[in-house]
Amino acid sequence: MPDAVIAFLVRRLLGAVALLIVISLVTYGIFFLLPKLAGVSTDDLAARFAGKAPDATTLEAIKERFGLDKPFFVQYGEFMKTLVTGGDYDTGTSTVHCSAPCLGYSFRTNQAVTPQLLQRAPVTLSIAVGAAVLWLLAGVATGVVSALKKGSIFDRAAMIIALAGVSLPIFFTGLLGLAYVVHAWGILPEVNWTPLSQDPAKWFTSLILPWISLALLYAAMYARLTRAGMLETMNEDFVRTARAKGLRESTVVTKHALRATLTPILTVFGLDFGLLLGGAIITEATFGLPGLGRLALDGVNQSDLPVVVGVTITTALFVVLMNLIVDLLYAVVDPRVRLA
Amino acid sequence: MRSSKVISVAAAGAVVLSLGLSACGGGDDSGDGGGGKAKFDAGSKGIVNASDKKGGTLVMAQPDDFESLDPANIYYAYGSDFFRLYSRTLVTYTSKPGEEGTKPSPDLAQGLGTPSDGNKTWTYKLKPGLKYEDGSVIKAQDIKYAVARTFDRGVLRNGPSYFTQMLEAGDYKGPFKDKNLDHFKGVTTPDDSTVVFHLKAPFSEWDQLVMFSGQTVPVPQAKDTGTQYGMHPFSSGPYKWQADYKMKQGGTLVRNTYWDPKTDPNRKALPDKVVVQSGLSADEIDNREIDGTVQIDLPGTGVQAAARQKILSDPKLKANSDDPLAGFHWYMPINTEIVPNVECRKAIVYATNRDALWRAYGGDVGGEMATSIMPADIQGREKGTDAYTKAQVGYTGDVNAAKQSLAKCGKPNGFAVTMLFRSDRPKEQAAAEAMEQALGRVGIKLTLKGYPHGTYTNEQFGSPAFNKKNNVGLGTYGWAPDWPTGYGYLQAGTDGKAIQETGNVNISMLKDPQIDKMWNDVVKVNDPNQRAQIYNQIDQRVRDLAAIIPTVYAKSLLYRSPKLTNVYVHSGYGMYDYANLGVTS
Repeated sequence: MPDAVIAFLVRRLLGAVALLIVISLVTYGIFFLLPKLAGVSTDDLAARFAGKAPDATTLEAIKERFGLDKPFFVQYGEFMKTLVTGGDYDTGTSTVHCSAPCLGYSFRTNQAVTPQLLQRAPVTLSIAVGAAVLWLLAGVATGVVSALKKGSIFDRAAMIIALAGVSLPIFFTGLLGLAYVVHAWGILPEVNWTPLSQDPAKWFTSLILPWISLALLYAAMYARLTRAGMLETMNEDFVRTARAKGLRESTVVTKHALRATLTPILTVFGLDFGLLLGGAIITEATFGLPGLGRLALDGVNQSDLPVVVGVTITTALFVVLMNLIVDLLYAVVDPRVRLA
Repeated sequence: MRSSKVISVAAAGAVVLSLGLSACGGGDDSGDGGGGKAKFDAGSKGIVNASDKKGGTLVMAQPDDFESLDPANIYYAYGSDFFRLYSRTLVTYTSKPGEEGTKPSPDLAQGLGTPSDGNKTWTYKLKPGLKYEDGSVIKAQDIKYAVARTFDRGVLRNGPSYFTQMLEAGDYKGPFKDKNLDHFKGVTTPDDSTVVFHLKAPFSEWDQLVMFSGQTVPVPQAKDTGTQYGMHPFSSGPYKWQADYKMKQGGTLVRNTYWDPKTDPNRKALPDKVVVQSGLSADEIDNREIDGTVQIDLPGTGVQAAARQKILSDPKLKANSDDPLAGFHWYMPINTEIVPNVECRKAIVYATNRDALWRAYGGDVGGEMATSIMPADIQGREKGTDAYTKAQVGYTGDVNAAKQSLAKCGKPNGFAVTMLFRSDRPKEQAAAEAMEQALGRVGIKLTLKGYPHGTYTNEQFGSPAFNKKNNVGLGTYGWAPDWPTGYGYLQAGTDGKAIQETGNVNISMLKDPQIDKMWNDVVKVNDPNQRAQIYNQIDQRVRDLAAIIPTVYAKSLLYRSPKLTNVYVHSGYGMYDYANLGVTS
């Protein structure tokens, strides 16, 4: 690997670590400082983790257990220390060790956060990869054909469908799909998460509807992006040169025009896919899939700070990594780009 | 693109939230085994598809999850209804339809508690031959340990705190901090089968208190795993957990072969297996119930709007549904500190449009117009006479009477206060808007402010300081009893001693000497009928003081899967009795 590339990677990874620290600090700040600014007392905060009408003794015990009374930076410092060196957790009857990278224990379920993230990651990964394949294939192909046949009935129909696709939220298409495709018509089975390793057929059939619902949203966007990019590129000088050289139209389109169009699409894809890996919140909630997105939603709804921080950092990590990969891929896709 | 995505995520979150939030919380015997002859609401009146046939798998689903599966760490009704499948308490609810269901019945104990020392000491004797899932014997000491562990409010923070408040235990901090159980004096065990509770002060409803929560479910000290116990509670009931329960995903209960049905008249335990699916969307649960792949919607608070419309408009589906009283009363406390003059409070009640409120809460299917503060399922509750209002459909309030009261209050042109409601509950918003309009007729100006349900009862409406600072005069509220007596329903909301800084239930800030005296006296009375009379007097007094506007006794539309057998609405839980359901294959 050339030195320039190594230097580039080191620089980006250092930047990523700094970014993750900032993100964790901001998440902590939102949890502890914003409520304080809004006048929420630590008793109020403690009451969020208690049962119905908690008494003062209960609130005191919760504040002590979660360290809610400690100053903000002390709490954040302890979190960072546990993350790096691991930490001990008191279950009441014993002390269990949570090894690094330890994201603490959920305030709600009392379970360690890191194993939960690992347990749920395959669900989100399954959703994201399947949907990404679908939307890339459908979106880019539609976009290319639309651009080549600009103004045709296909182009107009595809772009109208694309507009509808972008406008329809998953909680609408998903619920509609469940109500009709699954329950009324029985075309697809109920959506129940089955690990790929356990039953590949069930894994596949169960995820078809979530994949389609999610891909519909993105494919529409990618079709429009590809179309716009292709239209612009097809007027570039190098495309005219390629044609002038006597290359076949299919070669001009795929090897020259599409390649140039792919650069911005790759950028967007890196962001979208990275975000999705951190949890397809709406898709998972709509279809009841136990992925990272669902974990994040539950964490936010229940003020479960360790879970929220855990998922936020994981998502951020995925986005940063995907961006890095995309930057490296630029050099492959676009010969004009050199890493330095 | 980014911002539109953020907006759509936020919007979706709001929808998902609202889907999730609408969730909390009888002898007409058709006996046809298939539900074909069942009628609408038959399960509210008696047992539908009565059966003793064992076998099959009962599938239950929920959008969120239990606060815990550790019975000592559960407060809400559906969790308490559910844990009876794998846990037994000293005393439990009688498993019968109708009012019988609200009465305590011995479970692990041979009989109800024997009071002595003027209701300060309560003694229970265990039945012989009771066993855990591993065949070991259930001992009195395990119940003492179970009660002791509830004293650590950091480890077990969700369950009720009656034991820590009422037992004579000094400053005992629980067995996690103090391993020597001899230091816990609140419960003594003279022998392996006797449990004695020692109270600080007399309390006549100890059986009911023991009945309603899971805090007397025996826990062998060696099996306790503290905060982790809820992942795999050790069974004393008819079923045991097959493996660790996965929060937000679910688990499976299989038969506990050491459970002896001869010792247990309250659980039929018909299915061979009970599967819990957690984390499905509420609408999807309704779909699956109607399809038959899920038989029970665990929270038991009724179907969502889409299924509701589908069920009510299809006679076949409607015949397989029940619309019971859910035990909740949606009422409106008036803050007596913000509106101190009783005539001003009377003006609010006089001007209230009861018809509009009833419609806001869903009309006929949504609930019944309330008269007393105590809802109908409370033992010995009298319907009550209307004070300053009328519980009649079409009654829109008495504007003249309200104006006269305002004049007596010295504010003939009205006054201005803030009214709160839960912003994520459309019915409450509609109710608040109905109040704004109705009170506006007499010059009482309401400023409506909505807050999410997650913080509403602790940080806003349940915080006296917040109410004072924001001039909150009234708001929407709902309460279900801890146990179905007047004490279980009214005490937290009307006793001056019950006022708390956070999570306050006495939102009216009542510190009425007459009411407080009745609360002090009633705990010494052993005759339940005499106690019920006192509760009715307290109820009447609260309405005379115009401190609470009775609004609507909530009903919930439950889909009764035709696959279910032996199904009835249990008055103690306000939903189906989960320990006695069967399922056809």
